[in-house]
This record gives sequence, C-alpha cells and structure tokens, in this order.
Amino acid sequence: MLAYRRGQPIRAGQFLADVAQGVSALGSASHVLNVCADRYLFAVGFAACLLSGKVSLLPPTHTAEVIRQLSEFAPDVVCLTDAPDCDIDLPHVALTLDATMGRVATPAVPQIDAARAAAFVFTSGSTGTPVPHRKTWSSLTADVREAPARLGLGARPCAIVATVPPQHMYGLENSILVALLNGHALCAERPFYPADIAAVLAGVPRPRVLVSTPVHLRTLMGSGVELPPLDLVISATAPLAVQLALEVEARCDCELLEIYGTTETGQIASRRPTAGAEWRLWPGVVLSKRGEETWVLGGHVEEPKRLYDVLELTGKDTFMLQGRIADLVNIAGKRSSLAYLNHQLNSIPGVLDGAFFHADEPDGERADVARVGACAVAPGLDATGLMAQLRQRIDPVFLPRPLLLVERLPRNSTGKLLQAALRALATPQPKTTRVK
Amino acid sequence: MPPPRSSKLRYMSDHATPLKHLSSASDSDLLPEIAGLIVEALNLDVAPGSIDPDKPLYGEGLGLDSIDILEIALVVSKRYGVQLRADSAENGGIFGSLRRLVAYIGAHRTR
Repeated sequence: MLAYRRGQPIRAGQFLADVAQGVSALGSASHVLNVCADRYLFAVGFAACLLSGKVSLLPPTHTAEVIRQLSEFAPDVVCLTDAPDCDIDLPHVALTLDATMGRVATPAVPQIDAARAAAFVFTSGSTGTPVPHRKTWSSLTADVREAPARLGLGARPCAIVATVPPQHMYGLENSILVALLNGHALCAERPFYPADIAAVLAGVPRPRVLVSTPVHLRTLMGSGVELPPLDLVISATAPLAVQLALEVEARCDCELLEIYGTTETGQIASRRPTAGAEWRLWPGVVLSKRGEETWVLGGHVEEPKRLYDVLELTGKDTFMLQGRIADLVNIAGKRSSLAYLNHQLNSIPGVLDGAFFHADEPDGERADVARVGACAVAPGLDATGLMAQLRQRIDPVFLPRPLLLVERLPRNSTGKLLQAALRALATPQPKTTRVK
Repeated sequence: MPPPRSSKLRYMSDHATPLKHLSSASDSDLLPEIAGLIVEALNLDVAPGSIDPDKPLYGEGLGLDSIDILEIALVVSKRYGVQLRADSAENGGIFGSLRRLVAYIGAHRTR
C-alpha cells in the first residue's frame, strides 16, 4: 500500500497513473512551488517533478514578500495547488484527484538520477532574501534510507500519519520520502485538532506511526482524547520535555523517538528522550567545532554546513544539545532570526528604527513556542498599520507580541541594543525596589 | 501546544478556586466569558471587552495564528468538554468570529 486517503487504500499503480497526470498538468515550467495541503496530492506533485526534470521549491513561508522573491529566483515558477481559493500570486496549476483515477497495470519503480537537483529548500537568511539550499536526490534520500535502522521503521509496512506539513524538510522526509522509499503508506490527511489526530489514526491499520511536534503532542495529551494503539511516535522541530515524552509513551504504549535535523542538513541524529538526553548521529555524519560554531559534514551531508544550535560533543557519534544561539528564533518548528525580522521591520516605509526581541527569557519552560516582541520608532504609523505591513513580510508566528511604538530604542552608550533592555520595555515596572 | 508565551500563563484548570457553574448560561453570558478565556490563555495584550465579536479571530482580525487556535481548542476541551474537529470548524467557520465560536460551544458543550 502506498497511501491512505479518506480511509481508502491507494496502490502504486494508481499513484503512478496520478503522477503521469501531474506531469502533463505541470507543462513546461521548470520550477514548482507545491502547496498542496492533501499529502497524497503533494506526493503526486513532488514525484511528477522528479520524473519530468522539474525542481521543487520549498520556502519557509508563503507571505507575499517571499512569493515575490521566489519568482525573482525562478521566473518560470508555477504554483501547484489543490485549493480552489489559493491566493498565492503566481500562475496556478490545479491538481485534483477527480481527473486522475487511472491505473498503471504493471507499475515499475521509476529510476531517478541521484545527482540531479530535486529541490531548493530555503531558509529565511538574515539579509531579507531567502537563502536557497540545493538538494540533490541523493542528499535528500540518503538519510531517509537510514530510517529503518535508526527509527525501527523497517520490518513491517507502516501507516504514517503526520501533523506537520510536507512542505518543510521534517515533514517531507518523514511523511513523504520515508514512505515512498521504504515501502510505508502515507496518509493524505493532515489532522490538526486532537480529535482529528485520533480519528485519522483510528482509520488506518497497524502498525501506526505518528509524526508530530512538541506543540501538537502537548495539545494531544492535554485534550484527553482517546487514542488507538500506536507503534511509534516521532517528534522533531524542538526538544521535547522528558515529562511529556514519558506521558506520550505511556498513553500511546509505544516508543517515542526524537529526530534532530535542519533545513540545510536533513536529519542527522536521533534519540529516545525517556532513555537519555544524548543524541546519536546518523552513520557517517561528523561534527566539528570551529571556535564556538558547530559544523557538520559527512554521510548524506555533501558540503560543510553550520548548525545554529549550541552543541556539546560528547563522543565520536554523540552530542548534547545545549540551546539555541542568541539570534535564532524557533517558534513551533518555524525558524527565523532576529536579524531577518529586524531587516523586515526596518524595510517598512516610515519605520526609523526598530528591533525584535525574545519576549521570554531564552530556554524557558515553553521555549518551543515563546514568541517575539518588537519595538519600533515610527512617528507617522500606528500599531495596526505597522502590523498589517509586517503581515505581508513575515510568517504569522513571528508577528510581534507585543509591538511597542516608542520614541527611541533603549540603546546603551555604545549604541548596542540589549535583549534585556528591549524586554524590559515590554514588562510592567515592578512597584517596589529590592533592598539588600 | 503551546501555551503561549509567558510562564505567567495558567490554564483555567489550574485555578485554585472552583469555576462558576455555567450550564445554564446563555450565549450572551458565554461571550464575555470566552473572550476572557482567550485573552487569558493566549496572554493577549487586549481587554476582553474590546474584542469585536463579529470580526475574524485569526489573520487580520484579532491576529491569531494556528498555534493560538490549537491552544484555544485545548482550553475549550478542558473547560466545556467540546472537542473541536476540522470539518466542524470549516463548515461552521467557527473561528470566523468570536460570536460563531461562542454559538458553537454553546450548542455542543457537555459541561
């Protein structure tokens, strides 16, 4: 079985027929922004690109500004969508299943050139322009082929249910590629509410795998909905609290494994948090220190890539995660940087000076969803107008709370802006002074 | 999910005092109550009474995003026993406005 969609199984023969329809729908464009929300249709579109020499573009967000930048990067880009009301400002190619109900009688596994560019995955960068990372088919898939050994996803074909979208690396690898490469079945639905997650899981046969995030798992546990028996839970995007990991394993009666990966490198390590905090690297992957920075190379990582976390190397293939670097912003699995957000804020006409800050102390209890705030000097603008402009430029999870309009920013005597000083502006002043 | 932003945040279920019994409350009583719940759960910097009951809760309206919506769903399930589903949320557009959310909870609450 290759997929389940609305409870119905889909076999490889139908998938290949649907892919052939996708190839003809896409026409001559050589770059494709695949925004299909239906995971099966996304897989059809992704495979259609692979088989017809097109490159998939995977940006971190779909704001108007990023879409404009994408069309500068690849002027022939088209938007492959399954939503009739899709408002992305690019030429649309509609993908629906109503038109694609054929079947290939004797499906043969397509062969794909390992060295060809399969995708450009973008990070937000720090200068206002998304940074493309070229992914060959081999670099995209070599780590996924380790999944049977590292995640125990080997012996029996599993049904994979994911709460994350396929448009980012974690979801692409663990809900699309792992299924297509290792003989598992992907589930077309992307359940959002806890009751939906339980219903989609119950609608597919065991063994069942849930691919999720700390954000979704916390809500799932908190909601109290009844879950069918699971066989594996995978989490990524932010470290999972051990207490939550214990609860997930107890409620789901299976192991919970965490994956560590980045857009630039794909997945490079895993751990079972209830068994220990140490991460174990994927085979062949080597970490090295350059001063304070950690770099990764080897295995499926074909060029040296910097990691934007603070890592302590504890052995040849093990490490501990110590936290994020100060500039990094990671909210519910979406990554940005203060430098990028500041650039966007200061690019708005009328903003004289502005800066984002971490609204919470770093590494607090809710570090995976801690929001950002911003201060701006913009005499001619009000907060509502400024927020509307920011909405055009940055992903909603990074919109500032609070957004403070001030007369000047709290720069110190050397002109530097300290995070603590910005945070203090957003915090009500204590009424009493501490006495020694 | 994520409880929002600050460690000051508490769930309604964390309160030491028992919650007011609400089973007889009408929608008009529910509206300010749920507005208060949203502001408290998300630690929003607005007065509950200032939320326009007919404007969208996400996007351009109150500015909530999908993380917030999940958080509201969690609080609503704990407080009113209502498990939101995507099809009900879409069909009824219940996050289309505070008034619609209140009407949906009023009709489906089990406590």
